[in-house]
Amino acid sequence: MTVDVDPKAPLDCLLSARGLRKAYGRHLVLDGIDLDVRRGEAVALLGANGAGKTTFLRIAATLVRPTSGRVVVAGADSTRDPETARRGLGFLGHGSWLYEDLTALENLRFWSTLGGHDTAISGLRAALAAVELDRWSDERVRTFSAGMKRRLAIARLVVARPRVLLLDEPFSGLDQHGSKWLEEHLQLFKSAGGAVVMSTHSFGRGFGVADRAAILAGGRLAADVAVASLGADGVRRLYDLAAEEGT
Amino acid sequence: MTYARRAWIVLWKDAVTERRAKATLNALLFFSLLLLFVFQFTLGADRERLVAALPGLLWLSFVLTGLVGLGRAFLVERENDCWDGLLLAPGDKSAIYLGKVAGNLILMLIVEVILLALFTVFFNVDIGRALPALALILPLGTIGFAAVGTLFAAMTAHVRAREVLFPVLLLPVQVPVLLGAVKATEAALAGESLGAVTPWLQLLVAGDVIYLVAGLLTFDAILES
Repeated sequence: MTVDVDPKAPLDCLLSARGLRKAYGRHLVLDGIDLDVRRGEAVALLGANGAGKTTFLRIAATLVRPTSGRVVVAGADSTRDPETARRGLGFLGHGSWLYEDLTALENLRFWSTLGGHDTAISGLRAALAAVELDRWSDERVRTFSAGMKRRLAIARLVVARPRVLLLDEPFSGLDQHGSKWLEEHLQLFKSAGGAVVMSTHSFGRGFGVADRAAILAGGRLAADVAVASLGADGVRRLYDLAAEEGT
Repeated sequence: MTYARRAWIVLWKDAVTERRAKATLNALLFFSLLLLFVFQFTLGADRERLVAALPGLLWLSFVLTGLVGLGRAFLVERENDCWDGLLLAPGDKSAIYLGKVAGNLILMLIVEVILLALFTVFFNVDIGRALPALALILPLGTIGFAAVGTLFAAMTAHVRAREVLFPVLLLPVQVPVLLGAVKATEAALAGESLGAVTPWLQLLVAGDVIYLVAGLLTFDAILES
């Protein structure tokens, strides 16, 4: 098992990307991204469609190999030692990872067993209660709405208890109540020492969780700013400027 | 223990999904009936031709239904990006392969038993005396098929022309096991003892072991790629 820490990254860094490049053929999606996310910190990844947000998250999650550069997740190089990196991260992409013909509880049981997490029914039911799906625990996922599926996908992360959360537009499909719950959950996750990187298009829902905003444009990191210093409106102006320059 | 639990949970998930949706089993049974009608129509009432062709027809049916079933093995993993989840699950990925192979093997054996029963009804043949031998030959012939079929189904799961590529890859590799299975079945149906076909049975066992070990060793790389 190789545990590899970038000497340039801050000591309390849970995710560190250095010189990250990704090209699909001649199309360069990411061009030298450097990004550090510390313990207890949430970074909102902003950018227009095709800016590379999902690609960045999928590389960090070890689902896609970078063309060059590296990402260290919870102390493990995600390219050279993906197995160790995977133990420390939780990923929520566009797909829900749900089996439609299993019930909510059965889906949680499947993923927690496969991931080597606690599979006690009480724990799984508690995770379902946390996302307010306990009443539907024995219903097949096929009967769920998109928002309920999103909540169940989040319950999977609650069971896994990762150190780093990589979330691709986590608030999409959630109603106001669900969004509020997720915001609170992410705040709790941060205060427990976890790190969050989430892509978003919205400056409203969920943006309050972010401590920093990293704006991607033209494959590059156009800005990396503290949200508190600029406010949501300031970040939005910066985003518009970066999007214009990126195109 | 963790390895066995992980393999078991994959088998359990596939079994529960299939029991509730019955998508693959229904398709396979319908396809089997169709095959039997075609064979019945082609062979007619000529019993000599039928007896000579029966072992080959049996395994042709098993292979064709197996191709349909195995080709669907990873469709459920593509839905909702579950494939990503399997890839990110920490630990030895060969446990996932083993669970998948076991699920496919059980499904194929169920279909084979039903097909065998339908053959006896459709063609009015008595296989009672051959049943103990067939109870050994069928699983031996199917393990290798399920092992290599599951591997190639994973390999072609994300390929655009997978419906074409999957049988093209699988059938040539399957030839040795198929030969052994047909020859052993021929002897069993003719009432010969299994001792007379020991080399073919040895070929079946060797094929099963080689394909299963190859699958266990390479599945991780296939999933990652």
